[in-house]
Amino acid sequence: MTVEATTGETAGLQAKVGRRRGRSAIEGESWRELSAVAQVALYVILVILSALMLFPFVWMVSTALRPAGYETLQTLIPQPYLAFENFAKAWSYRGTFFTQWLVNSVVISFVATFMSVVLNALSGFAFAKYDFKGRDALFICVLATMMVPFQVIMIPVYVVIAAYLGLANNYWGVILPSTASAFGIFLMRQFMQSIPDELLDASRIDGASELRIFSQIILPLSMPAVAVFAILHFLHMWNDYLLPLLVMTRRQMFTFQIGIVNFQGEYRAEWNLMMSMVLVSIVPPILIFLLFQRYFIRGIAMTGMKG
Amino acid sequence: MASSALPLPRRHRRLQQRQWIPYVFIAPNILLFMVFVLGPVVFSFAMSFTKWEALSPGVFIGLKNYVDLLSDDVFITAVRNTILYSIGTVLPILAVSLGVALMLDARLRGRTVFRVVIYLPVVISWVAGSVIWRLIFIHPYGVLNNMLSWFGIPPQLWTNDPYLALPSIMFLTFWKNLGFNTIIWLAGLQTIPASLYEAAMIDGANRRQVFWRITLPLLAPTTLFGLVTGVIGSFEVFVPVYLMTGGGPGYASMVLVMAIYRSAFQMYQMGYASAIAAVLFFMILVVSWLQIKLFGREVQY
Repeated sequence: MTVEATTGETAGLQAKVGRRRGRSAIEGESWRELSAVAQVALYVILVILSALMLFPFVWMVSTALRPAGYETLQTLIPQPYLAFENFAKAWSYRGTFFTQWLVNSVVISFVATFMSVVLNALSGFAFAKYDFKGRDALFICVLATMMVPFQVIMIPVYVVIAAYLGLANNYWGVILPSTASAFGIFLMRQFMQSIPDELLDASRIDGASELRIFSQIILPLSMPAVAVFAILHFLHMWNDYLLPLLVMTRRQMFTFQIGIVNFQGEYRAEWNLMMSMVLVSIVPPILIFLLFQRYFIRGIAMTGMKG
Repeated sequence: MASSALPLPRRHRRLQQRQWIPYVFIAPNILLFMVFVLGPVVFSFAMSFTKWEALSPGVFIGLKNYVDLLSDDVFITAVRNTILYSIGTVLPILAVSLGVALMLDARLRGRTVFRVVIYLPVVISWVAGSVIWRLIFIHPYGVLNNMLSWFGIPPQLWTNDPYLALPSIMFLTFWKNLGFNTIIWLAGLQTIPASLYEAAMIDGANRRQVFWRITLPLLAPTTLFGLVTGVIGSFEVFVPVYLMTGGGPGYASMVLVMAIYRSAFQMYQMGYASAIAAVLFFMILVVSWLQIKLFGREVQY
């Protein structure tokens, strides 16, 4: 994509681009090239669509910067001035614990991502590189768990966490239920199957333990899959609402997402403060997305089309 | 020969000893699946035959919960709304995102920017999305009502209007999910061999014919994937409903997961809520089975 964006219209470069995508330059010109009129029409449609998609974000930022008393004023640029003090005001609002909520979300997301990567990579390794009794049946069982959405089993999961494990209002109560991931195991297995067995055998002859083979050979070679899964899982944990809503009932234990909703519930009129906190909450996902864009596309290509 | 035969028995013994190793590697995940997925599925099904209030153990009441469901207006509304929401979101999103994907597949400068913009709502949380759209829908001074006033349309109640509550949630869903399906379609378009387009062009096919005769049929696996994940995802909708309408006004936007949440965590009828969950699970299984049965044969390219 970046190649196309930066190269000029010279035929040689286009041929290069065409080959990169597995398509020759000639047909690229015949069916991919558009007439000037069609190009302009496309741009107009895409610009309008993008404006519609962006508008909610723009309005949110604009509202986040409106001074108290002017929250519902219908101007794109906040009037009478840009109220940057809203962030500090919301952050230290009475009855809120935004610092604590941020810490909770950060700890939960990082610990959960780390655990999930390690455990699912281990499972993927076992399914990809070992021949053991019941392997295929177990793998099908793992895939079958994808058919069960959390919403369907949230009641017993809550009972297990709250009554049997005593993990209500505990980080582990949010981390453990989402750690084992069929999607993660599938992704890791697919990727690790492409690592040649000879590499493992060579290390075994050199006397490496299986765990060492996993951590020193398999894991480094599987970085593309690990990165895709880690990013998607981190985002899932950061954005999740339903599970923390059930598990975290003590105010100090809320995640950032629950904190925002709670803030809205009690101070509904102060949209500017609300939006300033919404803005804070979407900065990490959007930054991650912009930085690791290609992993999102790759994640879909790796799993979506095969799953 | 002799030299390579020598270390074999030892290696063989070590491999024998290693037989338990893969089991150790998968053990933590299998344990977690049993505690947090498999156990709960069985547990949930069992609970649906009990009268189970809050965290106190249940009393077996047979099929009573299921019989009660049939005469429960809230449940029936929830089933109807869930299906309406599903049809009203999945099909428009699939159609429009296909159009967007086709536009973005054309040779166009700066299309990466458009892709990023369209995908932005996908990466933010449903909480952020729902709260932002509440802001847009505010009555009577919200920005949407303001814009409608330019065309002489009076301010609407949106999330507080019995007829507009569910459509309001659908608008949000459309905005939030469009990018996901666009990327799925784009990935599907990449899998179509260029030689087919080339051949069609040589045979004198126009763009319309190419789309209906080549692109769309070859996108069948992508269509099936988008349809199945879309319908199942729409059956699981909760956060936007919970945050924007709470299922109201009245029960105008009640959906199944909201009904489960309401019964289990607001009215503490865990057994009854489990019966609703069982119905939802059944619906999801039927839809995936139906869609694969109906379209499964045709997607073997």
